[in-house]
Amino acid sequence: MESIQLTINGKQLAGHRGQTILEVAGENNIDIPHLCYHPRISKTGACRICLVRVNGTMLKTACTEPVIADMDVVTEDAEISQIRTGLLEMLLSEGCHNCLYCEWNGECELQRLCQKYDVQEPSGVFKNRERTVDTESSNGLRRNENRCILCGRCVKACGEIQMQGVWNFTGRGSSTTLTSDMFAKLGDSSCVMCGTCVQLCPTGALSFQTVLGRGQAWDLKKETSVCIYCGVGCQIDFYTNKEGQLVKAIGNENGPNEGHLCVKGRFGFDFVQSDKRLTKPLIKKNGKFEEASWDEALDLVSSKLTEIKSKSGPDSIMAFSSAKCTNEENYLMQKFMRAVIGTNNVDHCARL
Amino acid sequence: MTNSIREIPLSEAFLVIGSNTTENHPVIGSMIKREVIRNKKKLVVVDPRRIELAKYADVFLQIKPGTNIAILNGLAHVILKEKLYNAEYVSGRCEGFEELKKTLEKYTPEHVAAICGLDDPSLIAKAARILAEAKPMALYYCMGITQFKSGVNGVKCCANLQMLLGNIGIAGGGVNPLRGQSNVQGACDMGALNAVYPAYQPVASEDNKAKFREAWKTALDLSVKPGLTIVEALNGAIAGDVKALYVLGENPVMSDPNQHHVIEAMEKLDFVVVQDIMMTETAQYADVVFPGYAFLEKEGTVSNTERRVQLMHRVVEPAGDSREDWLILTQLANRMGVPWEYGSAREIFDEIRKVTPSYAGITYERLEKELIQWPCPNEGHPGTQYLHREKFSRGLGLMSAIEYTPPAEDVDPEYPVILTTGRILEHFHTGTMSRNSRILEKTVNENFVEINPNEASNYNIKDGELVSVSTRRGSIRIKARVTDRPKPNVAFIPFHFAEAAANKLTIDALDPTCKIPEYKVCACKIEKINM
Ligand code: SF4
Ligand code: SF4
Repeated sequence: MESIQLTINGKQLAGHRGQTILEVAGENNIDIPHLCYHPRISKTGACRICLVRVNGTMLKTACTEPVIADMDVVTEDAEISQIRTGLLEMLLSEGCHNCLYCEWNGECELQRLCQKYDVQEPSGVFKNRERTVDTESSNGLRRNENRCILCGRCVKACGEIQMQGVWNFTGRGSSTTLTSDMFAKLGDSSCVMCGTCVQLCPTGALSFQTVLGRGQAWDLKKETSVCIYCGVGCQIDFYTNKEGQLVKAIGNENGPNEGHLCVKGRFGFDFVQSDKRLTKPLIKKNGKFEEASWDEALDLVSSKLTEIKSKSGPDSIMAFSSAKCTNEENYLMQKFMRAVIGTNNVDHCARL
Repeated sequence: MTNSIREIPLSEAFLVIGSNTTENHPVIGSMIKREVIRNKKKLVVVDPRRIELAKYADVFLQIKPGTNIAILNGLAHVILKEKLYNAEYVSGRCEGFEELKKTLEKYTPEHVAAICGLDDPSLIAKAARILAEAKPMALYYCMGITQFKSGVNGVKCCANLQMLLGNIGIAGGGVNPLRGQSNVQGACDMGALNAVYPAYQPVASEDNKAKFREAWKTALDLSVKPGLTIVEALNGAIAGDVKALYVLGENPVMSDPNQHHVIEAMEKLDFVVVQDIMMTETAQYADVVFPGYAFLEKEGTVSNTERRVQLMHRVVEPAGDSREDWLILTQLANRMGVPWEYGSAREIFDEIRKVTPSYAGITYERLEKELIQWPCPNEGHPGTQYLHREKFSRGLGLMSAIEYTPPAEDVDPEYPVILTTGRILEHFHTGTMSRNSRILEKTVNENFVEINPNEASNYNIKDGELVSVSTRRGSIRIKARVTDRPKPNVAFIPFHFAEAAANKLTIDALDPTCKIPEYKVCACKIEKINM
């Protein structure tokens, strides 16, 4: 790939042909504020927050402007700051952004920018329109259009990643709104609840239904694991709150899924903290299960298996291992059967 | 998969056969959809049901369940006859071509269309040309190929087709089975199979026996006799040969074919241990139940459908007094006089690396920052994106001449409809996890049988009506969903729901080589309940 030398904020940098200013800046840890841009979808260039100054004169949107040789880019100056502040004020005044009630408080990209540019409460020159608030019709998603900034990320998330094409814009100019398949309610649409639109939404306009617990963004802990369902093996960042409850699942960009999930990975994790979990060893006595100590249960199994092995031979014992357990556990199960019991009677449900 | 998920954009065409990808492997389904819709790649779909992908297909072949081999042979027939195959690849890298050619002779589009129940034989030729012209073409399949008594042969026919077209060993091509569970791949790799040690090393070999005795420092004389498979073990239990069963995180009462037979086996066993996270349908039959950790409480590795080994980290504190699955096994081994000393999953993985050549180069440290797919023979090795690059693992690619054989059970006047089973988007396997996840359960909370409007009008059944579906093995009551998704005379039931368990109906006929049950086809009858 052809390498291109350019300057951003006085720093000599190298990019390559086909990259945009925003992409080269990002690779070099230079933050250019943006809202409609997201690396996983095609470029929109709609919000204009990412305006930068090129070669001392022109203002260009960094998310769409390709880098060219010897370009000189400045990402922030007095005029740019003023424009960004103005744009943010407009975005705020068109909606109704009360962070106190917002699930995305603390993670909202709009909020972060408003704080950065010290944007104040809008003066009320724009009349608020009646906008859709639908927190119930979908089992997985909530929608509050008063927080929507029409960046179009959800439209592209659904149209370019999930390929379901649920979201669309309708109307023009200041009456533009989002629709889900032209239905008033998301629950009536063809949405398959993959949650990708929520994951990409920069504000709280789209959010998830509560799965188990809730918590403030700054209290949540994140840890990465792998989805337990199908063999795609999506990597998922799971969030837990202060009480240790599972809160939400966000697709990890480094996994085979590249950030995407399906409804099972997105919402199918609360069984882990369900009150139906087994928490104590059980021994069946007179046809009824009774709680037992680990020592008691392990001793019983060990003596029973030893007895059956000596009476009927190791081949009278069988183990079903599990395609839902880890490599380590499967390894140990087959080793247990082969080296402790002395049989090759081990199988799992690969075939089922 | 021979190839990788991230190669999907490199494929010029896709053959999706026996895989309802957008519901069962949704993230891959979306990736394929994206290529087809946005980038105008070609798509051929073969399935008894008009699945979502069929909507975007250039050719959709709606075949009768159980006729995969005929259709795959039919496609290969056209490719041979019209000389669309890659002669250089076939002569340089494969063997068995002449025999294959002879067998394929009779699989003309007309003959195949008759077997598969297709009205228009010319569609077969059209599909074959599309698949042959686009290079590379990737073949994706799932349980709709394997869950037949001829499952192994179905897989071989997939390989034949891709060898003819020279699509194995190149980026964006391949024969790509989609694994149905998070770690089926890993469980196989680790030797949780009746005939092989880790990395598919046969137990019947004296060399392997010696190797593992040495590695495991065991005094026990390891057995060289291949063990039983799941269905064989259940038969063995009924016959009285198998006395004890240890079930780790499985639910055979729900997942295995012919439920009645499974329950009989469970009741006959002298001693049953179940290690699981919930009181499953199977755990009810246990003598002892061990509470294990759920996935978000565990550390360890899993291997996905593209052979990529991934790390799981602990996300939440474990429930109650449950224990890690490996710890339970270790403590049990200790009690039975074997001094295992594992202190963590990582220590077990270090041992796995020593006895599993394909995993030898993988470490937890590398997995924290690298994408690694096995085979990865040493720590300097980057892993393997796709298999069979310059030559096949066995040397020459083996083409197998395979004849179509009909499924075990055909329809007859008493049981006139073909029943096939599978999964839906919102649920998983026996439902132990998904049906205890609030949002999933709220979204779909009851079972249904998909029937074609044809049958609906024949039996005077309305959409949403409760009907009875019966086979020679059992009968369930279930809601009818009238839809043109299934082919006429085919009914479909998901198997996630205990209250109307599809596996009360399914047949336990097995593939003679790999013993996979024939879930995908049996004969049933559908009856109206309220006359
Ligand atoms: S959840 Fe998924 S399917 Fe539903 S609208 Fe969002 S992106 Fe589309
Ligand atoms: S999120 Fe969906 S596609 Fe991804 S691994 Fe889980 S079940 Fe499979």
